[in-house]
Amino acid sequence: MTGNETVSTDKTTAEGTTVPAADSAGDARPIADGEPLLEVDGLGKHFPVTAGLLRRQVAAVKAVDGVSFSVRKGETLGLVGESGCGKSTTGRMIMRLLDPSFGKITFEGEDITTMSQGRLRPLRRDLQMIFQDPYSSLNPRKTVGAIVGAPFRLQNIKTENGVKRAVQDILELVGLNPEHYNRYPHEFSGGQRQRIGIARTLALKPKLIVADEPVSALDVSVQAQVVNLLEDLQDELDLTYVVIAHDLSVVRHISDRVAVMYLGKIVEIADRNDLYERPMHPYTNALLSAVPIPDPAERGERKRIRLQGDVPSPLDPPPACRFHTRCWKAQDICKQVEPPLVELSPGHEAACHFPENTTVSATDEVAKAAVAPAPGTTAADDPAPEA
Amino acid sequence: MARKDPAELVNGSAEQSGTRGAPSAFLEVRDLKIHFPTDDGLVKSVDGLSFQLERGRTLGIVGESGSGKSVTSLGILGLHNKRNANVSGEIWLDGTELVGASQNDVRRLRGRKMAMIFQDPLSSMHPFYTVGHQIVEAYRVHNDVSKSVARKHAVDMLGRVGIPRPDRRVDDYPHQFSGGMRQRAMIAMALSCDPELLIADEPTTALDVTVQAQILDLIRDLQEEFNSAIIMITHDLGVVAELSDDILVMYAGRCAEYASVDDAFHRPLHPYTWGLLGSMPRLDRERSERLMPIKGTPPSLINVPQGCAFNPRCAYRDLNGDKSTTERPELVEAEPGHQVACHLPLEKKREIWESEIRPKL
Repeated sequence: MTGNETVSTDKTTAEGTTVPAADSAGDARPIADGEPLLEVDGLGKHFPVTAGLLRRQVAAVKAVDGVSFSVRKGETLGLVGESGCGKSTTGRMIMRLLDPSFGKITFEGEDITTMSQGRLRPLRRDLQMIFQDPYSSLNPRKTVGAIVGAPFRLQNIKTENGVKRAVQDILELVGLNPEHYNRYPHEFSGGQRQRIGIARTLALKPKLIVADEPVSALDVSVQAQVVNLLEDLQDELDLTYVVIAHDLSVVRHISDRVAVMYLGKIVEIADRNDLYERPMHPYTNALLSAVPIPDPAERGERKRIRLQGDVPSPLDPPPACRFHTRCWKAQDICKQVEPPLVELSPGHEAACHFPENTTVSATDEVAKAAVAPAPGTTAADDPAPEA
Repeated sequence: MARKDPAELVNGSAEQSGTRGAPSAFLEVRDLKIHFPTDDGLVKSVDGLSFQLERGRTLGIVGESGSGKSVTSLGILGLHNKRNANVSGEIWLDGTELVGASQNDVRRLRGRKMAMIFQDPLSSMHPFYTVGHQIVEAYRVHNDVSKSVARKHAVDMLGRVGIPRPDRRVDDYPHQFSGGMRQRAMIAMALSCDPELLIADEPTTALDVTVQAQILDLIRDLQEEFNSAIIMITHDLGVVAELSDDILVMYAGRCAEYASVDDAFHRPLHPYTWGLLGSMPRLDRERSERLMPIKGTPPSLINVPQGCAFNPRCAYRDLNGDKSTTERPELVEAEPGHQVACHLPLEKKREIWESEIRPKL
């Protein structure tokens, strides 16, 4: 489909210069800190389920079903949710490792949704990914030097003192010994392997890094090292991150803004402190209350919200509000009308008919928006239902 | 659930460790060593571990990968092959010693008196048989009942662990269950013979946080119902804080700290425990600007560092002169009911915890 155009067609498009070449786009219009670097609009991915001899499509797994958000330059956006909520699929679509079924991805002001692989290639310098599993994401037959140096070769980049020197500098940057250049991945521990993966990601000084569960495969003590490393690198190299994780405490630590996903949709997106201190969506509340707190004194003190059952299948998600089957606040309207994701207080969007920690709901907000621009509501004085 | 004073229990272990014969505790492990000879050298996965556990109580074993926690649990169940593992020490379960017992004797206890919940229910259930079949099989090994009675029991158990429509789900295959349901089925299987000792090895690691909360609740409820003793093995200090009465922190096959849950979280005395607490981002605190990781990585169990195994990663080792690198610290009772293996003087440790570690958590 769109991503599979032949190389010859790309070249003509690129040479036709109707669209600015990808690698020059950044230079043409530099993006200042705080401006959106990446914008995602109504993005979705439906995986077809086929059956029979003719591979007829009988259903679709609605892995991601219309998500919209933007990532500002220099910030970290956390994407959280339970397994199967579509957070990894979203990350892979941003990277164009998966072709979106619908929606639009804009990177540095340029629409990359249907850009061909050939034209994407120069863009890959700016858009990189850190993978979850440091064991399967490194080729066991290649040395660290070859792995971290691969981006230079693939992008045909000449470095001042040779690739080896550049690779060793990066190894040092991520806290590895430059003498590790000729070693193989199996000689390293999990945490060190993840550093090698990060070194490879950083080789070409990307602008945006999508990190898919960057620390979940690591031990606690090592996890903290990698989290600190990611933060240091962000300051040093002016990076923008999209961090995909299921661990709510790690996400809180690392993110500036957080988006919560449920069954292929974003249900809430807000600044970190806002989201963790005044969660509006019942699902966010439930997630936060389910995190075990490492303090025995808290045992029995916290009010828990126990969700019943499992996440419904994305093959056949519940109609209207997708959370209504597990929501304790659900009413008839939740089964009939899908709540839109709207700003309920400044910078705090939620998709719920009966949100917590606020006096307005998504439905009111839409009704009001029809009359006047949505006023900001303060939720600060609302008492939180649980500590 | 009656909470006994943990001090009493740990005290008991210190006094008894020298004596022989059946202990009074329900489960007592004395100086357990599990070594694996390999081509590269002797892997000392567990190297002298002692603890005890009463009915109705929960012991949390915490440690990073490779610290020997799972090997310990398999050792208690007698699941190590004697041909490739050297197991020594004593494991007393309700008056029976297990290390020296014959395979057959241990097999009779396994499943009935002690059972285990594994981390990954997809790989620990047989994909070829229905969930019901597997529970029935486990039940009939230990109980002389007909298939139909056993099946009824399986349905009961599945219902008890909160699987909806158990009479229908009993005929499903493991792959037809979701991750959380599979873990529930696994728990149903482990509990089918009302075991008195339940070992849960990372029971919720593969699960989402909402499902994890359900499973932890379930384990807690079942413990109240059956009064089982539970060993909870995990790397997640949050899970331990929620469920355990006592905590054993393992490092490189040995016990670094053994204390009541309250002491371990509020007055920990081992630098490794401090490191674990500082490494975790916490939802119940103000967001700290930086995490305090432990430097370095866990050691290889073939080349455990000389002296204190933790010394290459310890920020306070210089306070001991070169003692940390030459002499292995013994596990001693620093405070009543609070054992720790560290060379630092107790006063110094209290001071460091209060002034340096605690304020930063």
